Amino acid sequence: MSMRKVAVVGAGMTKFVRRALETGKELSWQASSMALQSCEMTMDDVEAVCLGTAPDAFDGVHMNGEYLSDGAGAWRKPYMRSYVGGGTGVFVPIQGWYHVASGLFDVVLVVAEEKMSSYYPHAQGAFLTIFDHTTERALKPNLLWIFALEMNRYMQTYGISKEDIAQVAVKNKRNAADHPSALLGDPNITVEDVLNSEVLAWPVNRLDVSPVSDGAVAIVLAAEHVAKRITDKPVWIEGVGWNLDTAYWTNRDLAYPRYVEYAARMAYDMAGIKEPRKQINIVEPYDPFDYKELHHMEGLLLADRGEAPQMVADGVTQRDGDMPVCPSGGLLGVGNPIAAAGLMKIAELFWQLRGEAGNRQVPGQPTRGLAQAWGDLMQVGTVVIMGR
Amino acid sequence: MSDKISTYPGTSLSEKEIRDGKVLSIQDQMPGKFSWDTGIAIGKYLAGLKDGVIFGSYCATCRRTVVPPRTICEWCFQPMDRYIPLEDTGIVNTFSLCYVTWDVRRIKEPETPAVIEIDGASSLHGIMHKLGEVEPQEIKIGMRVKAVWKSAEMRQGAITDILYFKPHEGSH
Repeated sequence: MSMRKVAVVGAGMTKFVRRALETGKELSWQASSMALQSCEMTMDDVEAVCLGTAPDAFDGVHMNGEYLSDGAGAWRKPYMRSYVGGGTGVFVPIQGWYHVASGLFDVVLVVAEEKMSSYYPHAQGAFLTIFDHTTERALKPNLLWIFALEMNRYMQTYGISKEDIAQVAVKNKRNAADHPSALLGDPNITVEDVLNSEVLAWPVNRLDVSPVSDGAVAIVLAAEHVAKRITDKPVWIEGVGWNLDTAYWTNRDLAYPRYVEYAARMAYDMAGIKEPRKQINIVEPYDPFDYKELHHMEGLLLADRGEAPQMVADGVTQRDGDMPVCPSGGLLGVGNPIAAAGLMKIAELFWQLRGEAGNRQVPGQPTRGLAQAWGDLMQVGTVVIMGR
Repeated sequence: MSDKISTYPGTSLSEKEIRDGKVLSIQDQMPGKFSWDTGIAIGKYLAGLKDGVIFGSYCATCRRTVVPPRTICEWCFQPMDRYIPLEDTGIVNTFSLCYVTWDVRRIKEPETPAVIEIDGASSLHGIMHKLGEVEPQEIKIGMRVKAVWKSAEMRQGAITDILYFKPHEGSH
């Protein structure tokens, strides 16, 4: 397959907040404008726009992609909105990547936006419609159920405790204290705080969960010959992968995300990575709930099955550990405006690999990172590998 | 955020600022009524529930029995071979004790959703339902359970024809 090299050359993001004064369009413009300014480009340089945003039900707007298009700079340009649930934020840069890798465009703006606060009284209600309308919705499920059910199965399968898992929330919320856009950064949070927080759906406590948020993130992608003119520090997209498991989520192994493994293998193959544990320096796996970071580390083949908690306990995944995981602060700390949260991970790798992450900078001049997101009905994995 | 950027946009609002009218907001509702066709396989499933039977379907290519039944096996993309009546017993694959309703109201007595692997279906193949007639703290993964049905005249061909699954001694 002949594909052109694609680089991330700019990035921008808004604060992640519980409820933003700005509309989704305004947030999208703020992030997009920052991303363009960061690489000294204008909308005239952008040939196509890719937008990611999660369920229309949050906004009560049909065809939310069209609604957001002017804020994303799509006027009179080739424009497309992608949506794979929570996986969207890492899928939309993949969509942008193949726009450029294919040779169709030289410069693409990738925007991810989420405004979850509009749904009243709580965004949670909008999630009811993800369950099967005939066989499940009559039971009045909520989104916490599937996370709690999966977390319990994961704990039981490998003998993992809530304390083991709570360490992830502590690490990420502490990391987020260094992120200027973070909603829930807390340098002093402890495992006890997490364990003593309100039980929402055992085994899930309130501090095991990322917050409902509003926010937007944007990046600029460029083909090699353009990227090298724009910056002497392009960050290359070296591999991408995505994969979907069965929508019959009660008919598969909940303890192991095989679809994440398949997405990761696709990306590793493309990037020529044979030993991911040695060749990946920074990991930004999807962490809407703390156990998911562990679950995903195993699916990404970066930890043996059931062994990811030990890596956290040993400090391996701390920002100054051997394999920093969620140095941004992740969704648990920075916030979880769904599609924007995934693209925030791509932006974090961009800043980390350029050595521009400020107080969050991972030491040792990392050369390669991996971002991953997950979604739909617990069944889609999206992976991007970036390097300098 | 990059250390090259000093200010970042986005203005945080509190619920109070909206309640007090300090910022304007528009409220609206979007009522929607739907009538979903059950389709072929789920039609069979619901008809079975009305008769007090849980149906799965069997794929001879993959040699597996799935539940709920479907017309197509998503593994091999071939039509399923036949419907199979399953037991109304099974084991708890996983469960939760949920203190929050779907619309985020807090409740004292937890709801007890579970994935139940149905006897007669392949390993790790189950359905989502609720547990009942059990102290929440007594629920364990691996526990054997049995469906508690609505009375025959009350059943209407819905997943709620099973009220819940309760602990069940003995083998199948």
